Amino acid sequence: MEWTRRDLIDLQDLSKEEIELVLETAKSFREVSTRDVKKVPALRGKTIVMLFFEPSTRTRISFELAAKRLSADTINIAASSSSLSKGESILDMAKNVEAMNIDMIVVRHKSSGVPKILAEGLKSSIVNAGDGCRSHPTQALLDMFTIKEKFGRIEGLNIAIVGDILHSRVARSNIWGLTTMGANVTLCGPSTLMPPGIERLGVTVSYNLDEVIPKMDVLMLLRLQKERQEDKFLPSIREYAKVFGVNREKLKKAKKDILIMHPGPTNRGVELSADIADSEYSVILDQVTNGVAIRMAILYLLSGKKGAE
Amino acid sequence: MSESTQILDKDNIRRAVLRIAHEILEKNKGTEGLCLLGIRTRGAVLAERINAAIKEIEGQTLPLGILDITLYRDDLTLISSQPVVKETLIDFDIAQKKVILVDDVLFTGRTIRAALDAVADLGRPSGIQLAVLVDRGHRELPIRADYVGKNIPTSLNQNVKVILKESDEQADKVIIVNRSEA
Repeated sequence: MEWTRRDLIDLQDLSKEEIELVLETAKSFREVSTRDVKKVPALRGKTIVMLFFEPSTRTRISFELAAKRLSADTINIAASSSSLSKGESILDMAKNVEAMNIDMIVVRHKSSGVPKILAEGLKSSIVNAGDGCRSHPTQALLDMFTIKEKFGRIEGLNIAIVGDILHSRVARSNIWGLTTMGANVTLCGPSTLMPPGIERLGVTVSYNLDEVIPKMDVLMLLRLQKERQEDKFLPSIREYAKVFGVNREKLKKAKKDILIMHPGPTNRGVELSADIADSEYSVILDQVTNGVAIRMAILYLLSGKKGAE
Repeated sequence: MSESTQILDKDNIRRAVLRIAHEILEKNKGTEGLCLLGIRTRGAVLAERINAAIKEIEGQTLPLGILDITLYRDDLTLISSQPVVKETLIDFDIAQKKVILVDDVLFTGRTIRAALDAVADLGRPSGIQLAVLVDRGHRELPIRADYVGKNIPTSLNQNVKVILKESDEQADKVIIVNRSEA
């Protein structure tokens, strides 16, 4: 299997073999972060620009550490202090940055499709670090890596994605990735936050978490995106926590080795109770650790010279 | 058209590995402070065989690790797509140890240069020695082997292929393949 892509925009585009190559490559990179000297020279001399138009702690630090551990140079551009505030378009700004001979742009934006526009307009490699409600491919890849690490496989597992499906780019990316890898995906959440017709992506939809839990190997909880709830999708946060929040009581009927995952940041007491977040079921911090390895793998693979493109 | 000539057979390889094991023990006066690092893929196989031979001779084995040098290659920016990275598996501390690097073929020396960098990032060994099954000449860097299974003079339009049971699922042999003139 040879990697030929220049950009990572959506998991929808990736074949099973490509996803497996990323997961396999990440396995090797995990070792680098455990050394005393946490650096390999693979991307020496490459410049990677981090364009984050939305707040982010985990993803930005994760990408930045990944780039630095591969010996690449990184530059951070915060939207508020950039020339965008003077009215320049994103594409123009990115083209100007590119004119300074950079190699890769990692971009996060609140509008879906921005990474694609940049990929079409620029020669540099574009990595999507989350665009609007659409896609967050490296999150789904690190989720799959974590699942594979714990179960040794993804195929045939029953995985529920719980919560605000409508606004979740993490959910969409995971649906694409997990179904490609052969998992049985169930979506569970309030009907107001369930996009109509989502079954067409090859998933099962349920509105009752208690019915879903006993069958599941993995519960992937989504953050309730308070900043995107402007249209009153929920009667109250408290009601949501009662019906769709995971706690010890609800997990009584679950399989013994069930995994609880969460892309972070967690709202303790909403999506999951505090004791569950720190429990033996939770792999939330493993996800964060694995995120660096996955992002190293992506930056490494994308930095290869591309063929006739 | 490419033709191949066999240089070493199964028994030749077995004897070469056994002699290298003896030489390592002789030069280092025993097993004290030694460890083996095999360079993926075939160097790792050979390192295991050398370790088995050392066990036969001295009754004990050396700590053994597997080194993947892909990320340290000096041609990463030249080749078309990124080569597959595999895991480096070393579960002991190499600091203050004498590291014996093991590879199948010594050619330009660039793999060994990369391996030396990789080892330096893992710790500070008290010394590094190099064991190879075949030295085919044509060095591009000032590097030499301490233990050589066989010196094989080659020309640049030849390939030396080492085939080992564990990695290639064929009987052991070393062959020279003449590349067809383009």
